[in-house]
Amino acid sequence: MPDKITISINGTEIKTEEGKSILSVCKENDIHIPVMCHFPGLTDVGACRLCLCEVKGYNKLLPACTTLVAENMEIQTHTEKLKEYRRVIVEMFFSERNHMCSICVANTNCELQDMATEVGMQHVRFPFLNQECAVDASHPKYVIDHNRCIMCTRCVRVCSEVEGAHNWDVKNRGYNARVISDFDQPWGESETCTSCGKCLNVCPTGALWAKGSVQGKLDKFPEKITDLIEKRGIH
Amino acid sequence: MNTNELKELSEKIVEEGKAFKKKVCVCCGAGCLSSGSEAVLESMKQTIKDKGLESTVQVIPSGCMGPCNQGPLVKILPEETIYEKLDGDAVEALVDDHIVKDTPQEDKLLFSEYRDKPFVDSREDPFFKRQKRIVLENCGRINPESIEDYIGVNGYQALAYALHRSSPEHIIGEIKLSRLRGRGGAGYPTGFKWETVYRHVADQKYVVCNADEGDPGAFMDRSILEGDPHRVLEGMILAGYAIGATQGYAYIRGEYPAAIKRFEEALKQARKKGFLGRSIMGSDFSFDVEIRIGAGAFVCGEETALLASIEGKRGTPRPRPPYPAESGLWGKPTLINNVETFANIAPIVISGGTAFGEVGTPKSAGTKVFALAGKVQISGLIEVPMGTNLRDIIFEIGGGIPGGHKFKAAQTGGPSGGCIPEQHLDHPVDYESLQELGSIMGSGGLIVMDETSDMVDVARYFMEFCVDESCGKCIPCRVGTKQMFDLLTKIYEGRATDIDLATLEQLAHVVKDTSLCGLGMSAPNPLLSTLRFFKEDYIQHLKDSALANV
Ligand SMILES: Cc1cc2nc3c(=O)[nH]c(=O)nc-3n(C[C@H](O)[C@H](O)[C@H](O)COP(=O)(O)O)c2cc1C
Ligand code: SF4
Ligand code: FES
Repeated sequence: MPDKITISINGTEIKTEEGKSILSVCKENDIHIPVMCHFPGLTDVGACRLCLCEVKGYNKLLPACTTLVAENMEIQTHTEKLKEYRRVIVEMFFSERNHMCSICVANTNCELQDMATEVGMQHVRFPFLNQECAVDASHPKYVIDHNRCIMCTRCVRVCSEVEGAHNWDVKNRGYNARVISDFDQPWGESETCTSCGKCLNVCPTGALWAKGSVQGKLDKFPEKITDLIEKRGIH
Repeated sequence: MNTNELKELSEKIVEEGKAFKKKVCVCCGAGCLSSGSEAVLESMKQTIKDKGLESTVQVIPSGCMGPCNQGPLVKILPEETIYEKLDGDAVEALVDDHIVKDTPQEDKLLFSEYRDKPFVDSREDPFFKRQKRIVLENCGRINPESIEDYIGVNGYQALAYALHRSSPEHIIGEIKLSRLRGRGGAGYPTGFKWETVYRHVADQKYVVCNADEGDPGAFMDRSILEGDPHRVLEGMILAGYAIGATQGYAYIRGEYPAAIKRFEEALKQARKKGFLGRSIMGSDFSFDVEIRIGAGAFVCGEETALLASIEGKRGTPRPRPPYPAESGLWGKPTLINNVETFANIAPIVISGGTAFGEVGTPKSAGTKVFALAGKVQISGLIEVPMGTNLRDIIFEIGGGIPGGHKFKAAQTGGPSGGCIPEQHLDHPVDYESLQELGSIMGSGGLIVMDETSDMVDVARYFMEFCVDESCGKCIPCRVGTKQMFDLLTKIYEGRATDIDLATLEQLAHVVKDTSLCGLGMSAPNPLLSTLRFFKEDYIQHLKDSALANV
């Protein structure tokens, strides 16, 4: 049995157990924290930085998804500073590649779009980087549009941790980093892809979709993947 | 080999050394090698042989002596005379004069172009006089490829003492007493780190030596590894003993083939002599070390990325906690220290923590090795007590700014550090004071700039480095460094407005506070420190753009 501990979130005392992340304790207590790279059941990587919190005694902001709670921890999840930082981070996402919603399959069914609303983004203060990104439609059923990818690596993790195929990985560094199929081959030539479609369902944006998807009418079933993970008892 | 045998061997080596009247060290550090010291070494060996001096003059290749720009260098012991800029053809005359006739060759003496009267005993030269060598004490005086040379200068005595007359707790206690702090950049107290790993109970623990040294222009760790590899190895073995590890890894940059070769050689020799492997020196302690070669990504120097790389994964950082001390290589408690940190261990064990702590300042004990470069008369590798001020380093040791130019800034900490202006030159160099100035100690890069440097360009240079080296995992660093670089370029090229400067400054704070690892967290430092001390350079560029837009 894990030890019972008491922590405080935004000034409210909460009784919980050791071994849980700040994020999961927040979820259990209906405190909503914005997340982008986190996907329930997959290993957390702490990459999107949207879940950063202030924890008393730490001079750095800590990600709620990867930080475990500890006795007497005092956590703040929505200070003015955090809200401002989250807005700037979402602006950075929008400035990185092409996120023109009106011409995207995921329009109205996109976590990035929702996030912009949630953090109150009104404009992007940085110039768009206008990167040239490929669209790979070599797979018989699916498409990956790198212009829409935000490098959350959910697809990489679901493919390796749940499907066990490890088709996806990451190449290059910095803003040149890209998700790749096998050893950077066209998706259609992958020897590991089982065409299971799990990556499509965990993708937060319109980067991964099935051929025939219509703009604004993209179907995604992330909860099915979560369900599967729970039933199989992964982790 | 047990303690007595080691002592006997050491005495024998010292005795044999006394048979030689002179010892000629030919610098085979990276700088001297590139200016042709191999030919000097060959010629020196040949000349000594031809003149029948082999029984009285010993010739060895050595590690870096410090003044790298003056190479190839040759040091003659015991009189400590250093000759500079030699080539194969100059050797014979030098041997005739200095060794046969016993008259130093004035015009070839070290720094003969800078000093009215160059010094025959190099220790009297201001370049060396202000230095204190603990880490580099053997560097440039022994053959790095000979374990006998190392044993002859008390090598592996600290290990013998630890294994047979001390205990892990006592060794950790001495390290704590010494107040040694990590030389890899952040300055975390080494003794506490060792104690933390020691306290974690596990079936397997690891020791890792971080020799990734990716800062542009830095070559401290490289020089230590190339010049005295056994010293680093002894530090690692002592660490293994103290924390209870049986396996170590040295993660060395692939760009350092000589360091890799010499360290590999050191491992072989140490295994053969029983300092490494099973039942070290007849004790029940077993420990071995393997080399892992890095592919040159700056981020792989970050400890969690380095560990991922050793595990064969993509070298990207992960959030801490958990720290490697708790969960490192393959999830096991792992001690990771820098090359220079390990090189300080044997001296602490031998002289005791208290004695070590007498050098330096109350909060920063011991010495620090710097790679002095840029607009100084004499650049190279130096080692000074912590607390030495920058003015002494630049003007006394480095001989000041050449060409009648004026000092403008000293950059420490490379792409993670900042630029220090004239008015702060008298600050003692230690971890805290550099941090107060918006810079960091870093691993020891020290670049001097004169008034011809444009600080916007300097900030832009370091930002470009971070853009290239960002691993791309987290968004603030991946996109933020690129956006900051573009804004800096806009300012530099005279196309920017006040709004751009404000956006830049805001972005710098967001990237600093929200990035996942130290690379992103410190990437804004060069920008923020130049904005703090050299705002006029930025204003000038903005004025230029305003004029251009009229
Ligand atoms: C981007 C980045 C690069 C780093 N590179 C190095 C390096 O090349 N060598 C090093 O010893 N430490 C480097 N560090 C620091 C290490 O993460 C770690 O703190 C250090 O190896 C610990 O050793 P120490 O306690 O002996 O300093 C780097 C840190 C960051 C964030
Ligand atoms: S701060 Fe930069 S280098 Fe560090 S994890 Fe983030 S993207 Fe990678
Ligand atoms: S959800 Fe925690 S960093 Fe992305």
